[in-house]
Amino acid sequence: MNCEEATKLMDGYLDGELDPITSQAIEQHLRECHKCDQAYKTHGSLIRAIGNATPYYKAPAELRERIQSSLREEIAERPLRNVAQDARSLILRGQRGPRTVPSGAPWNWLALAAAIIFAAIIALNLMPRLQRPGADQFLATQLIASHVRSLMANHLTDVASSDQHTVKPWLDAKLDFAPAVVDLSSEGFPLIGGRLDYLDNRPVAALIYQRRKHFINLFVWPAAPDATRTPKTITRQGYQLLHWTDSDFNYWAVSDVNEKDLEAFKQQFEAQTSHH
Amino acid sequence: MALLLKEAHASEPEDFESTAKIVKFVVVKKREEGHAQQAELTSFEDVMLPHLDAAHNLARWLLRNEQDAQDVVQEAYLRAFKSFGGFHGSNGKAWLLTIVRNTSYTLLKKNRAVDLTTPFDEEIHTAGYESVSPATILEHSEDAELIREAMDELPAEFREILTLRHQEGLSYKEIADIAHIPPGTVMSRLARARGKLKECLAARIGKEK
Repeated sequence: MNCEEATKLMDGYLDGELDPITSQAIEQHLRECHKCDQAYKTHGSLIRAIGNATPYYKAPAELRERIQSSLREEIAERPLRNVAQDARSLILRGQRGPRTVPSGAPWNWLALAAAIIFAAIIALNLMPRLQRPGADQFLATQLIASHVRSLMANHLTDVASSDQHTVKPWLDAKLDFAPAVVDLSSEGFPLIGGRLDYLDNRPVAALIYQRRKHFINLFVWPAAPDATRTPKTITRQGYQLLHWTDSDFNYWAVSDVNEKDLEAFKQQFEAQTSHH
Repeated sequence: MALLLKEAHASEPEDFESTAKIVKFVVVKKREEGHAQQAELTSFEDVMLPHLDAAHNLARWLLRNEQDAQDVVQEAYLRAFKSFGGFHGSNGKAWLLTIVRNTSYTLLKKNRAVDLTTPFDEEIHTAGYESVSPATILEHSEDAELIREAMDELPAEFREILTLRHQEGLSYKEIADIAHIPPGTVMSRLARARGKLKECLAARIGKEK
């Protein structure tokens, strides 16, 4: 090690921050070089003396108090102060009375959590009411898709027959229920055939009828015991959907015929099946 | 439909019941939260208040003004408390001093841009005083007022590193973390700071003569 290197490392050596090998090298140099040794000793004592004499600014007592009270203020400004207000607004919401929106209240996580719990409770209460239209909308989409697909892919029928006594046994054999199948040729709705389909998470029967150049898909599957009996009409994307139920089955007729024709179809179908 | 309405009505008393539960839940939760915050504050003060003098000393040297130093330290403690949840280290002192240092620099940059941007002029401070020997400086090295004046003349980065090493006795590693510089830079910066401090002292002693 030469003098230049030793001078460079002197502060690190003084502070005891050098690795052992470098420390040994600098020690050896200081033993051999009187000039550097003198410089190091002077530097060391001067730095120590300056360090000891440098004024140390202790914190005044009032600063400690200021800090402690500002920390307590910080805590006090956190959610605690809104307890009464939050509780009151929660009760009002529960009673479905006039809502008070707590204005200016900070959106701390607790208020947020309470809001989420409330939204969940309200959603759960409304669910039974909302579920049916929602489910119907979804089913309607499925029904139309199924109807369109049946016309599109040359897969209108699995069993093409205008004979109800051919179509019905074929369907009965494929399904776990036995839908009524009637030919309505004399009423202007000739039976074209039957098909298997999958809707509402279950296999269903599709009966295909014709009205002049138009087709009607009649989807049939067993009705749930608590199903509503109200007939329903939905118009969507130019398609008519007509829904009704009898004691055993759900019926969904889907077609591009007009509403009146579809209503007539339903009446004829109901009249014929009730005879069976 | 009637069935549905019945269901909806049937669920209303339940709704009230759950509302009461929620209110209770919120109130209890907030009380717990209050206790938790009190505990957090106590633990924060236990860890951080012992370093109040170090925090104040560093801010005072950086800002060279008592009022600014106190404001910065108070601000730094508040900041430290807000992010105390994120502090998992064992070196509370270095963590707090880092925040004090950063808060001080923010104020320095805002109020006294000059202090940081004016380069240290070696010519002015050293010219003509080479004759003052290290031995002479050593004679004056117990003069606190002289040292204070000389220190205050130095740039902020030198005041900072001298305070951290000479007064707080921090390791190079700790200094590197606090001052946001590579560990390899600490020794050379410290050497330059000490050199400049000696020059400033020499210049003052030379003037007095």
